[in-house]
Amino acid sequence: MTAAGLRERALEAAAHVFDPEIPVLTIGDLGVLRDVRVVGDTVEIDITPTYSGCPAMRVIELDLDTALRAAGIDKFRISTVLSPAWTTDWLSPEGRRKLATFGIAPPAGQASRRGLFTSDSVRCPRCGSAETERLAEFGSTACKALYRCRSCAEPFDYFKCH
Amino acid sequence: MSETCDGAALAPPLLDYTLRLADTALILGHRLSEWIGHAPVLEEEMALGNIALDLIGEARALYSYAGAVEGKGRDEDALAYRRDAGGFRNLLLVEQPNGDFAATIVRQFLFSAFAQPFWRRLAASRDATLAAIAAKSEKEAAYHLRHAGEWLIRLGDGTEESHRRAQAALDELWPYTGELFERDAVEDPLIAAGIAVDPETLRAEWQRTVSAVLAEATLEAPERVWMQSGGRSGRHSEHLGHLLATMQFLQRTYPGATW
Repeated sequence: MTAAGLRERALEAAAHVFDPEIPVLTIGDLGVLRDVRVVGDTVEIDITPTYSGCPAMRVIELDLDTALRAAGIDKFRISTVLSPAWTTDWLSPEGRRKLATFGIAPPAGQASRRGLFTSDSVRCPRCGSAETERLAEFGSTACKALYRCRSCAEPFDYFKCH
Repeated sequence: MSETCDGAALAPPLLDYTLRLADTALILGHRLSEWIGHAPVLEEEMALGNIALDLIGEARALYSYAGAVEGKGRDEDALAYRRDAGGFRNLLLVEQPNGDFAATIVRQFLFSAFAQPFWRRLAASRDATLAAIAAKSEKEAAYHLRHAGEWLIRLGDGTEESHRRAQAALDELWPYTGELFERDAVEDPLIAAGIAVDPETLRAEWQRTVSAVLAEATLEAPERVWMQSGGRSGRHSEHLGHLLATMQFLQRTYPGATW
């Protein structure tokens, strides 16, 4: 197989690996998949953690490993890179849409350095109301906060702008 | 080792410097993890657990780099689980016990008010690996600082009881803040090489953040206090040994155990 063909096959396999904690998003949607290269006869894949302590990274590595082997690729190397630091700005438009459909409010706006006590203005993913309030800065995973909608009274996860 | 730090002479201080950062992150992360199952409300349990996870993640990246700089084959687990208290280089502040919730929040606030600007500066380090770790950590430290700051205001400007406890925690922990700004022979050559951050350049911002939040929290920083020192050179309070006995138990009892 040509290098381009091998890369295409690896890319296709990697694109179908889902985030274990937000199973509607692929690692491509999330921006966790940074690069797929072919060096000689080896596929090299770079992934980057969302947060430093993200426990999903090991599972993602394992799932990538499985997906590549299932695609008939057995010479590969998966590396974790830290720079440039992951940001929610890398979430694909498709990823944002899938998040909202899944009931998780996508990040509001662009990532930037924030003031000490500023907070994001977040729309309810169920009813679309802007009348929401933050219940907890830290939600069920490192990348989410817990909000509540004052219009429809439903609590929801918010994928923090980061 | 990073390509931007090629001087063999800089390797020993770079190892010490990286270990100081790694140990501080790990010990504070472990302290926060001690709250799991004991936090006052579920949301706070998740918050403290999340912050602990960030810190332990930062520690893992720093230990891996320290192991590479040292070049003796020690990995993150060997550095975290198979060194004794005298080998740890963390700040004394972060090994102080959790105490009541106010003490945990004051400790987190005093540390995070330093950590956020520290990581921001270190993100410009000429050492590419430290810069990469710092750029991620800065974003996380912003959440930690906001969370601790919000709580400190609530506690200080809350009930008589919460105010009393927050002020007591501040009096107790303030003597450990001097160490944040210490600089010694480990840092000197690294600062000169553009690798390390001169902590003195962070003092004004730290003071501004602390003063603003304490004022809103109606709390007062103690004055003319004797500042404690020694953690960064391996001279620790008695608390660290007890913490390590718990944290290192598994690897000490079953060396090399894996999941």
